[in-house]
Amino acid sequence: MRQQGTNKGDDRISGIPARGVLLLLALAIWVAPGSAALAAERLRMSTTTSTENSGLLRVLLPPFEAKFGCKMDVIAVGTGKSLKLGETGDVDLVFVHARSLEDKFVAAGFGVNRRDVMYNDFVILGSTDDPAGVRGAGSATDAFARIAAAGARFVSRGDESGTHQKEKELWKAAGTTPRGKWYLEAGQGMGEVIRMATEMRGYTLADRGTYIAYRKKTDLVILRQGDKGLWNPYGIIAVNPARHPHVKYGLAIKFIEFVTGEEGRGIIANFNVDGEPLFFPSSREGP
Amino acid sequence: MDYLVESLKVSLSLILALDPELCQAVRTSLYVSAWSVVLASLMGIPIGLAVGLTEFPFKRSVITLLNSMMAVPTVLIGLLVYGFVSRQGPFGGLGLLFTPAAIIIGDALLATPIVANLALSSVRGANTAILPTAMTLGGTRFQSVLRLLSEIRFGIMAAVISGFGRVVSEVGVAMMLGGNILGSTRTMTTVIALETSKGEFALGIALGLILMAVALAVNIVFQILQRR
Repeated sequence: MRQQGTNKGDDRISGIPARGVLLLLALAIWVAPGSAALAAERLRMSTTTSTENSGLLRVLLPPFEAKFGCKMDVIAVGTGKSLKLGETGDVDLVFVHARSLEDKFVAAGFGVNRRDVMYNDFVILGSTDDPAGVRGAGSATDAFARIAAAGARFVSRGDESGTHQKEKELWKAAGTTPRGKWYLEAGQGMGEVIRMATEMRGYTLADRGTYIAYRKKTDLVILRQGDKGLWNPYGIIAVNPARHPHVKYGLAIKFIEFVTGEEGRGIIANFNVDGEPLFFPSSREGP
Repeated sequence: MDYLVESLKVSLSLILALDPELCQAVRTSLYVSAWSVVLASLMGIPIGLAVGLTEFPFKRSVITLLNSMMAVPTVLIGLLVYGFVSRQGPFGGLGLLFTPAAIIIGDALLATPIVANLALSSVRGANTAILPTAMTLGGTRFQSVLRLLSEIRFGIMAAVISGFGRVVSEVGVAMMLGGNILGSTRTMTTVIALETSKGEFALGIALGLILMAVALAVNIVFQILQRR
């Protein structure tokens, strides 16, 4: 630190820190969010990374927000974490994809009014040289068995997301427990995992939506698709107001009605990347 | 390296076009960082002064503790605050989780040990004769401390600037407590994390550049203040 001589600054009492703090305060107030943004009612939804990263929510939410004069706060995490946030009442509704976990969530009384929203499917990605011979597999399960048998590198989400749940189901069906140097648990989002698998020349399981959105950024190709076991339905569930009285149940139901109704279904059906649809609205079922 | 050049080009065009989402993230970052540093200064500077100017048992241990607290990982602070402000936590009723206020709390806790430690070391580095001298000259204890503060103002400034640098650049607290909500709690660092996860490096780089520009601007402003 510089040694201070006697100058006029010394006469003032700690002028600079005071001015610095005042300056920061001024900055804090100046950049404060506008009152309009704070006034609107906020609906909080936790969802999977795939709905947000694909860009679907960017087109799906604004019409709803305009119609009901509210603002949607989206927390994009994996399905496991999303449901956890619903369980603790930190969100008003959840929009996820892991049917068995969703049913458990509703059965345990954490959520009510579960509805099917849309679906797409999972695909098995790998490099074109396909060292484990996944292309020749008879089923998705067989493909997984081949990857395990060959000890070919596989990048797993490893984050309890819907995709991770599906992956675990497939390993189980293939009769193996993935373990070893070849099996990498990334603990990251879908996009990140596709990127890692691309860099490491590994296999991975991805939802088609994220894969299409990423196609330009990866040279991995679809090696297996179309099996019934690779089906990927998305559901939406309101958090149970009986358990958490503070949740905005009425508005949550409005949103559920919106996405499963004519307008929402139309937006989902029309949403595409380079002309390719990413999601298909679920066929309508009675409430 | 066409790829990097391309990203840089796109990022510059985003900055020059004042992309609204980018501006929003910059605003949110500045907002939460400024508030959290104000809070951290209000807590940290008095702590630093108190520890530096008084004698008490286990003083060395307290100083060691303060030093170690600078190394607390951001995610741990995030996790602790999360436990308190989540609906299942003691302050759940306030509904703070996933709001800018939650990030401000976490960031303030993160910056306080830094501000306190740096304030402490400037007190210790100052001429210790100031306090008794000022008191002999008839000043009250409070006046004498203010006198000392003005003597060590550059050190205090450095403490505040370091605190600001820490919170404006951290991602763990902002991500955990803010939830990276578009238009609400999305900060520069969480956008960088998000865009990287999406493979969109251009926007990430743009924000990285802005982050550095903001840090530079803040430091220049403080430097000008110091010269006066």
